[in-house]
Order: sequence, then structure tokens, then C-alpha cells
Amino acid sequence: MARNIYQKIWEAHLVAEPEGQEPILYIDRHYVHEVTSPQAFEGLRLANRRARRPELTFATMDHNIPTTERTGPIADPLSRAQVETLAANCAEFGITCFDMRDPRNGIVHVVGPELGLTLPGMTIVCGDSHTSTHGAFGALAHGIGTSEVEHVLATQTLLQKPSKTMEVRINGKLPPGVTAKDIVLAVIGTIGTSGGTGYVIEYTGAVIRNMSMEARMTLCNMTIEAGARAGIISPDETTFAYLADRPYLPTDKPFDALKQDWRQWASDPECSYDTIIEFDANAIEPQVTWGTSPEMVAGISDCVPIPDEIKDAGKRLACEKALHYMALEPGAPITTISIDKVFIGSCTNGRIEDLREAAKVLHGYTIAPNIQQALLVPGSHQVKQQAETEGLDKIFVAAGFEWREAGCSMCLAMNDDRLNPGDRCAATSNRNFEGRQGKGGRTHLVSPAMAAAAAVKGHFTDIRHWNYNPS
Amino acid sequence: MKPFTEHTGIVAPLEARNVDTDQIIPKQFLKRIERTGYEDVLFYDWRYLDDGKTPNPDFEPNQERYNNASILLTGDNFGCGSSREHAPWALSDYGFRCILAPSFADIFHNNCFNNGMLPVRLPQTTINELFDEVRNADGYALTIKLDEQVIVKPDGAVINFDIQPFLKQRLLNGWDQIGLTLRHEDKITEYEKVHGLAK
Ligand code: SF4
Repeated sequence: MARNIYQKIWEAHLVAEPEGQEPILYIDRHYVHEVTSPQAFEGLRLANRRARRPELTFATMDHNIPTTERTGPIADPLSRAQVETLAANCAEFGITCFDMRDPRNGIVHVVGPELGLTLPGMTIVCGDSHTSTHGAFGALAHGIGTSEVEHVLATQTLLQKPSKTMEVRINGKLPPGVTAKDIVLAVIGTIGTSGGTGYVIEYTGAVIRNMSMEARMTLCNMTIEAGARAGIISPDETTFAYLADRPYLPTDKPFDALKQDWRQWASDPECSYDTIIEFDANAIEPQVTWGTSPEMVAGISDCVPIPDEIKDAGKRLACEKALHYMALEPGAPITTISIDKVFIGSCTNGRIEDLREAAKVLHGYTIAPNIQQALLVPGSHQVKQQAETEGLDKIFVAAGFEWREAGCSMCLAMNDDRLNPGDRCAATSNRNFEGRQGKGGRTHLVSPAMAAAAAVKGHFTDIRHWNYNPS
Repeated sequence: MKPFTEHTGIVAPLEARNVDTDQIIPKQFLKRIERTGYEDVLFYDWRYLDDGKTPNPDFEPNQERYNNASILLTGDNFGCGSSREHAPWALSDYGFRCILAPSFADIFHNNCFNNGMLPVRLPQTTINELFDEVRNADGYALTIKLDEQVIVKPDGAVINFDIQPFLKQRLLNGWDQIGLTLRHEDKITEYEKVHGLAK
């Protein structure tokens, strides 16, 4: 029978289906970071348990670490303690850890793929909701809580109930200036932040087949913001080309044989899904969020919504609250919203392709006088080095951006990079929740090119009309 | 884990949709490495004024009548956003044992069960009625009987609810999930052998 990729991976990883219990799934790869793991390791210690397969687990430090120079210890004692706790736990349980000075360090969802640790057909978990990113490779990947982190460490398995599957087919061709970020924001704007609850979403269609791995990761990354359990994309030649020569590939087979194994995971042509939604890429324009949830989003040529025009009472109240928090005028054109800060980075848009896009826009320009701070934070140390090799850092610095070390940074503001109350920020990250980038901060989610253009203009502007300087 | 069988408690209303885990517990409190001690920072940005200590009078659950509440009544997609288990820890440390909402975010829903807390999905109309009743009666309390899958109102009226049988058993018995899985350790070992993963 024809099966979709989710069904194939599920069946291949079933360890047991005990009577009256949720099925037990084997986990191929477990990523760990400093924020959601200390209590899990402590739990193991208290119960006198060891890590069952430490060699399948990899840890990195990303949420707390400074993005300024890193030679000294972290100034904040709590952040320092958390980072040191991770290092000590990894040493005790035999887990490889990329500490903040390791050349392999970076945001967990950037590092895994670029090292070749994330592969088609795998089950992947991490105590982090954006683990959905890894689905771009045709892996079943999702976030888990700390109790589950402990469960995976102890048993290398996870209890899972089967998910429903949703095909999101993106037809047509991406118009210039429209990116994976805009597609996923448009999808969330349509189905809502709980539209995917209970589903694994597989992205299909011409647009996906023509997408780079970086763009696919952006799409799967933000799938969690639609409430879905995971986002996934069937592997193809683009996937394999990205993986070639990655340092942590399996060594027991030649690359051609690996490709042959990976190919089988792709959804069968005749397979079916519980739900199918189609989008026409040609109808999607660059997106900007105006509210405090990723579903509160509009096209760049649209206006801020008018609450009185919303019929549903709950939605109207949510809209009013959001506009109050965001200090926006109902009905104002999106292009009239001026900003104070710009953040380009995160596991959504901190990869080399994102930096190239932003640099292309910024080339020959400087940021507007009203921009108080523009941060460029690469997703990993490798991304940073690659960008420097290509000379992108010079373009950013010439434009007035700060060129930082890799990390989560102002995506969630656990380190010193954060908004002040009332600051309005164009951000390439994934969440515009109240206070996400700093208490009282106002976040507008956009693509890297849109963020760069907003930095130059001082307000949002339609990237489709950008005057690029030849480089 | 503490079993959950039957619980009676005061209900506190929090009328909002898409309450995300950043609101339940903001990031600055995720730096601790302990599993408990989060009661004072639950809903931190909403609950206190800008000084971070004075209770915000506009935050409805702060009203005196909801002191000692142990059941939270709220809107759909509760617990969306990050996977942080600090969110259920904070709710549980504060004293909540049960959350009533039209829907929950997936990871948060799982995390509740791993902490002996019961999330109950109820139809939007039922939730709306409960909001009215809670606000109209001081000291409004509900009794939740997990075994029978019912919520008993002060007037004796009963609301039925659904729950997956296995999740119900876990809460009723307070089972340690890892111990339960390790009963099938032979199956895990066998899987590793078959898949060339054995050491
Ligand atoms: S970049 Fe942001 S969303 Fe991604 S892992 Fe870090 S904090 Fe989470």
C-alpha cells in the first residue's frame, strides 16, 4: 500500500505497542541544549540511571551564551551556571558537547543539519519546540518536554500517539522577493496557530521541490507555530547534495549507497493524507506580522486590521489586545510602521543563505538614522566563518549592523541582547509573543530581505520594489 | 509522580486565547537548574506591575476571591509556543492541578501529564458558561472526578469529558513513565539488534 513519509518513518521505528499504552518509538538522534536539560540529568542521577545510548545524543550551548566576545566566563552567574551544568552533565553521561568556544558550536537546529547529524528517515527529538526544523531532511523531528528528555536519555525511546497527516501543497512559482518565511507566515495566517494541532504537516508541490535546504528548514522550523507536531519534506536530490561531505555522515557505506537508502523514505506517489490544503505561491506577497501571535500577519501591501470589523468576539478581543500591546493604529498601512531595531538571525533565518539575501539588499546602503540597533547574529560558528569568507560581514558592518558571534541572542533574549520596553523590532525569528525579545518589546516577524530593507528605510517596505546595487 | 484521582478547588478565570509559554513563565526564569520553586514567577509579566512585585489589579486571577485557586479556566490553544516544561512546573508550583480550555497546544498537553496535572478539553460553549458562572459566584468551586470523567458543578450539574485511556491510567496511578517503558527493555534491545544498533 502506498504510504506517506510519516507513515514509513513511524512504522520503521515502532519498538513495541504494549496493551493499553501509547506506542514506543525508537529515537535515532537526540539533541540537547542547556536550558531544558539540567532537570533531566538530575532526574537520571536521582534514579541512579545512565544514558542508554550517549553516542546518539549531541549537545550544544546556544540560548544563554553571549554573542559578544567569548574569551572570558559569562558575566551573568545564572547563565554561566546553566552552561557549566550542561558541560558537566555531558562529561558525566558521556555525551559529545559543542561548548561555546567549539568551532562546531551554534544554535542546535543550525548545527545538527550542517554537521550531517540530521538525516532522512531518522526520528529526532530535542527539548525545544523548533526541532521541527530537522523535518526539512525527511526526518520525523519534534520538540519534547524535559521529562521526555529524561525518558529519551534513559531509554532511547519516546511514547507517541500516532499523528494525523496534513499535506500542504504549495503550487506555482515563488515570485521574486517572496521567501520560505513568507510562505510559512501566510500558511499560519490562514490555518491559525492551532490549525495544525494533532497533525504532522508534509510540504509538497513545485515550490518545495525547487527550494534550497535552507529555505526548507525555515518552512519546517515555523511549522510548530501552526501548532503541528512536526513539519516534514520528502528527501530528494537537493537533500542529498546538501548532505554530501558533511562530517558526521555514517561511514559504513559509500555515499551512493546512503542516497539509495534515503530515497526510500520519500512519500509514495499514490499515498494519502487525512487533510490536504493547497496554496498558490503566486498569490503570496512578503509578509509582516502586526500582532502578538504569528497568525496575526498581513501582506506588505495590506493594512493593520480594524478590530470592529472582526465578527468573532474572541478574535476581536485578541486583536484589540494585540494592537494595544503593539501600539498600532487600526487601518494603518503596514509600510507606515517605523521601527527602532532590527534583528537578523535565529534558527529560522540565521543560515548562510539568509545572510546572503540580507547582504544583497544592504549592499551599498546604510541603516536609517532612526534605527538604534541592527544586530546580525549568525546561526552557527560555521555560518559566521562562511559569511566572512564571502565578505558578507563587511557589507553588514558598512551598512551599520553589529556583526556578532553565533547563538539564539535576541530571538528570546535570554542573554544580554534584548529590546527595551516600547522598542519596535523587525526580526527574522519565529515568535512575536509579548515580551519575547525583552519585556515590553514589540516584534514584527519578517524575512531576512524584508528586515534588511526595513533597516535601510527605517520602516517596512515592499522588497519586490527594491533597488539592488550591483555587487 | 503524585496521582490525580479526584480534586475539588476554586476556579480562576484567565480569559485569553493562545496563551503562550512565554507568558506562563518568561525566559529570565528558565536559567535555574531546579525543577521546583517557580510559583512566584507564574504569569510574571501579566501578574505584576512594572516593579515586578506589586500585583497587577487588572489581571483577573489576582482578585482576592481567586486566592488559593487550583483550577484554571482559559481560552483555546493554551500553552502554545516553546516546549519549556517550566510552564507546567510553574502552574503546578502555584497550586493548579487542573486546566479547563477548549484546546491545548500539543507539547504543553504532554508536559502536563508528566507532572500530574490534568488538562481537560471542553467545548467552547461550556467554557463560556463556566466563565459566566465563575464570575457571578464568589468562591465558585468545581469537583473533578477523573475515574468517572466528570466535572461536578456547585449545583450538582455534571459535565462529562474525554481523555485518552492510557493518559488517564497514568494520572490515576501516578506512574513513573521511565519505569514503565523499561519494563519493555527487551523489546528495545531487540530493536537495536535488528537495526544494527547493538553495541
Ligand atoms: S533561535 Fe530562538 S527559536 Fe531557535 S532555538 Fe534559539 S531561542 Fe529557540
